[in-house]
Amino acid sequence: MMMNDMASLGDTQTQAPDRHIGDVILDLQGISLSFGGVKALTNISFDVREHEIRSIIGPNGAGKSSMLNVINGVYRPQEGEITFHGKVRKDMDPHRAATQGIARTFQNIALFKGMSVLDNIMTGRNLKMKCNLFEHALYWGRAQKEEIEHRKKVEEVIDFLEIQSIRKTPVGRLPYGLQKRVELGRALAAEPTLLLLDEPMAGMNVEEKQDMCRFILDVNDQFGTTIVLIEHDMGVVMDISDRVVVLDYGKKIGDGVPDEVKNNPEVIAAYLGTSH
Amino acid sequence: MLYREAGQFKASYQEDQQIFPIRQDKLGFIAILGFFFVVLPLIASEYWLQAILIPVLIFSLAAIGLNILTGYAGQLSLGSAAFMAVGAFGAYNFILRIDGMPFIVALLLGGLCAAAVGVAFGLPSLRIKGFYLAVATLAAQFFIVWALVKFPWFSNNSSSGVITAQHVEILGFAFDTPVLKYLLTLAIVAVLALVAKNLVRSTTGRGWMAVRDMDVAAEVIGIRPMRAKLTAFAVSSFYCGVAGALYAYTYLGTVEPEGFNLDLSFKILFMIIIGGVGSIMGSFLGAAFIVLLPIFLNVAMHALFAGSMPAGLGSNLELIIFGGLIIFFLIVEPHGLARLWQIGKEKMRLWPFPH
Repeated sequence: MMMNDMASLGDTQTQAPDRHIGDVILDLQGISLSFGGVKALTNISFDVREHEIRSIIGPNGAGKSSMLNVINGVYRPQEGEITFHGKVRKDMDPHRAATQGIARTFQNIALFKGMSVLDNIMTGRNLKMKCNLFEHALYWGRAQKEEIEHRKKVEEVIDFLEIQSIRKTPVGRLPYGLQKRVELGRALAAEPTLLLLDEPMAGMNVEEKQDMCRFILDVNDQFGTTIVLIEHDMGVVMDISDRVVVLDYGKKIGDGVPDEVKNNPEVIAAYLGTSH
Repeated sequence: MLYREAGQFKASYQEDQQIFPIRQDKLGFIAILGFFFVVLPLIASEYWLQAILIPVLIFSLAAIGLNILTGYAGQLSLGSAAFMAVGAFGAYNFILRIDGMPFIVALLLGGLCAAAVGVAFGLPSLRIKGFYLAVATLAAQFFIVWALVKFPWFSNNSSSGVITAQHVEILGFAFDTPVLKYLLTLAIVAVLALVAKNLVRSTTGRGWMAVRDMDVAAEVIGIRPMRAKLTAFAVSSFYCGVAGALYAYTYLGTVEPEGFNLDLSFKILFMIIIGGVGSIMGSFLGAAFIVLLPIFLNVAMHALFAGSMPAGLGSNLELIIFGGLIIFFLIVEPHGLARLWQIGKEKMRLWPFPH
């Protein structure tokens, strides 16, 4: 697997934190979600282990994005139990998910179009900034110190993603591939423990996909971030994932390491096609 | 050639995060401040100070208020004039009913009253957006004006709610001449403009803009849309309230609730559309433009058809040109004069070279 190559390459430059996959940090049991009569997800169970790259694949409308929305609290499932970091979740909203260290990117770019790249990524730090409105109004002392301190962190993210030259550009003016990268930057600025990526490579050309793959692997490798990935490019998924879960019509039809999934007849029939 | 940032290196984030990171901008701004604080009071006539400069400053402040709400937080409002009224009547009552109430404190308290009312009428924004929210704020506009007329307590039982502002006195020093009133207004507006700029470049402002641009993503990254919207309503109404109090105390002297009508709200909305939505400087440009335009048209028309102008043509022509300009700006430059200024600066940086 490419993953091992990357890890061994990385060893020479930075001493990577232990990339070995740890315990289960997110456990979903019997998740069902419906909108009126439409069943988006039916009795889905799977888990995500620490430091792993976990992919969710499936044909269009299979419920992949709904699954991510359940994980970060945008949707609340009617049935099922979610355990995150050993705690069973009762009530959930996106804000609380963010405070618990879950960040995500969106299928359709959801950047703040009127703001610069720098400001967009700075919003990722907002939960870690403690000053109040009145301190902001003065922009003096603690507020200014805080702004500078977090700017440093944001600059690290900018360096990591190699977008130094566009930091002052309004994101609306950037090409698609770079916008996707800025969106990843905004999520990374929050220093998440769990990163949800919804089709980070959709609509990209080969070079852009390679760049994005490298960033995803580096995030996983250097920061030890656990990643849940939705992607349609099977080459990428099979290459970089540790484990893959396959959805079809809201049901789970396969789960396991890429080789296992590739040879699962049900998955082949539903998704990969019989010629595979 | 003069406007170049070449050779100005920033060695710290603090230097990079200044309001005016380019030296020429900073010097230009200091020059403008000096002109307004020192030169204008010396050379401007009483008419200019009282009828042009003071209202421009006050409307700039109200426009900053609306810009915070509409331009930065993306919540459309048609109630700015009503919030100004709350500020004016609030300050009036604090000075009237509390002995020895300092003017500045009354001004701020008037602003805080407006902020509280603004938050109350901002609550619908948690559920509705865009035009529907504009209609909800329209309710604030009509309700507040109605309440100020209906309950004579607000105007100390004067007929039809007219109030006459008390004399402005700070620490025993009377601000009674146009020059002094102008300087007082300018100082207050300058400080509040700086505060607004600080707010929009900090986490608060980023929260507002994030909610404006993409509220779902804002929530996912940990910004609370509810809090962002309500703080925007509070801060915006505070600015409108202080502007309203100044409107009564340093500009007109006598105000009535009907003076803070929907027309005034629209006027402030036009100021930010022409000046620049989402720009503090645009608020000043828009206010100056809209106060000066009728005066300019008046002078121009008198020069053109001296004496032979039919009565009423002037004011109608003003409305026609006004409407035309609004449409022009919405189509050609939705970001207003502030954006034109920015484009001009970007061109200046390269001039005389094309690239």
